[in-house]
Amino acid sequence: MRVVIAEDHALLRDGLTRLLQAFDFDVVAAVDNGPALLPALTVHKPHVAIIDVRLPPTFTDEGLQAAIAARTQMPGLPILMLSQHVEPLYARELLSTPHGGVGYLLKDRVSDVGEFVDAVRRVAGGGTAMDPEVISQLLARREPLAVLTAREREVLGEMAEGRSNAAIAAKLRITEKAVSKHINNILTKLDMPPSDDDNRRVLAVLAYLNR
Amino acid sequence: MAAIGLAFTNLPLLAMSVVALALAPVPFLGLALVPWTMTLVRMRTDLERRRASRTGVLVTRPYHPPPQRAVAGGWQRFRWTVTDPATWRDLAWLAPGAIVGFTLGTIGVLVPLYGVAGLTLTPLWIWLGTGWYGYGATWSTDTLPAGLLCLPQGAVILAAGLWAAPRLRRVDAHFARLFLAPTRAAELRLRVTQLTVTRSDTVDAQAAELRRIERDLHDGVQARLASLSMVIGLADELIDRHPAQAHKLLAEARESSGAALVELRHLVRGIHPPVLAERGLGGAVRALALSLPVPITVDIDLPGRPDTPVESAAYFAVAEALTNMIRHSRAHTGSVSLRHADGTLTMVVTDDGTGGADPAAGTGLRGIERRLAAFDGTIELSSPPGGPTVITMEVPCALSSPRTMPSSVTD
Repeated sequence: MRVVIAEDHALLRDGLTRLLQAFDFDVVAAVDNGPALLPALTVHKPHVAIIDVRLPPTFTDEGLQAAIAARTQMPGLPILMLSQHVEPLYARELLSTPHGGVGYLLKDRVSDVGEFVDAVRRVAGGGTAMDPEVISQLLARREPLAVLTAREREVLGEMAEGRSNAAIAAKLRITEKAVSKHINNILTKLDMPPSDDDNRRVLAVLAYLNR
Repeated sequence: MAAIGLAFTNLPLLAMSVVALALAPVPFLGLALVPWTMTLVRMRTDLERRRASRTGVLVTRPYHPPPQRAVAGGWQRFRWTVTDPATWRDLAWLAPGAIVGFTLGTIGVLVPLYGVAGLTLTPLWIWLGTGWYGYGATWSTDTLPAGLLCLPQGAVILAAGLWAAPRLRRVDAHFARLFLAPTRAAELRLRVTQLTVTRSDTVDAQAAELRRIERDLHDGVQARLASLSMVIGLADELIDRHPAQAHKLLAEARESSGAALVELRHLVRGIHPPVLAERGLGGAVRALALSLPVPITVDIDLPGRPDTPVESAAYFAVAEALTNMIRHSRAHTGSVSLRHADGTLTMVVTDDGTGGADPAAGTGLRGIERRLAAFDGTIELSSPPGGPTVITMEVPCALSSPRTMPSSVTD
């Protein structure tokens, strides 16, 4: 699986590269600034791009801007953003680009290697990986969620992060059947159309939370 | 009307001041009497300043700050009063101020009254009764139609009187400003006093902030990193002989490093939120509004970015206002508007909550005031019981030209 990395800190860049190579990813390019990113993406056409939000030369949100521009030029390009901090505002902007796998994680999450690699694979496969911090911030400001039970809110959170039913079941130590029952309840209570397509369901939930 | 009445208070005040000054050499009595009289005079001139400011002619107080530990009737207080040039300018204003105020006030009242008399046909009745009267331009009325002319004339005179009244008050206010506003020297002195206060506030706040950061780093991240390196060292020792234990230690180390990162993130957010650096004031306020539990309408019209210090102060001022709102107002919705016009950044935060916010009650608003004062900014609060609460903050500043987003390189 071909990966392009954009990260300005040499240590993190090398660390990411080594980590991904250890899991049989093919890191075809690792750039350290914003302007070099788009050409690298167009040349290598990676299966997934892992991009730091803040990049030189301006050290503002160059990485995010470049990612959004790349998604407009190459619709469907899976992108995983990494950052030292997460903003629901940025998540909203990322999600508003034409569909395709999308992820937005704190750099801290890389330390849980298994989870991180899983997230990269999920995004490359067209899925979603949202940081728990983004989701908890989104959940915190939605009053209608009061109609959900504590367990349902938990399942909603996991679902919004982009996990599949099986993964949610494993994480919460309940059966997959229980998970899908909870999900049906959630969708009914929040007036959302039922859907068997995991990813479409995640996007619907995120759109609901982002409203 | 008020102007006429107030004009009459000037003369007794002037007389009292003359008497008090004449009695100044009398032991004890003089030292007490002069400052006391001047306090009365200042109450009167302060009233005049407020009246002038209400017509749009801003007149600030020019007085020296009172000396510390000055007892009433003491020498220091006496000296403070008589050495202030503003005292003598106040006295100089009393007589001419009374004359101008009385004259303009009388004109302002009599002209509209004369117009009302014409409108109510009073001249016509007087003419019918006495056979000799006139009004306006038709002096000495001869015929009934001529008498009826008082109606349109009265309307014109009333309109002119009403049009002129606020202008006359402005003239009065300008005249008062000649005497009662600070002189250039006094203005500079006041400015120096204000700058001294805001500078020491700023320096204090900065030192306190640095102390807080130092403590947070020392007790939090530094301690965690120290223990982290210890744990890793221990795991390194154990890895060959007791791999299971080493694994446990490494898991612990990872948890500890995660906690350190979380702490650092909070700390950084408190110093300078990353989104502020990345997106500027508008974007940061938008991101902040998104994270609040109450829906906030955000309306931003900023063609560029202010300097970093101003931007940071403005952001934290808005953030503090919003935090207060969430904490105290029980609002269902709120709004933030940011505008820049005529060299002033205006930030308005409103909510539909219960109102009754008291700037004296908490430290929040006072904190905003101090933060903004360092940039000559101001804060104004309107919060009647029952709401709505409107906080208006203004900071004079220039905007840099909009940054070009170096987002895409096209091939």
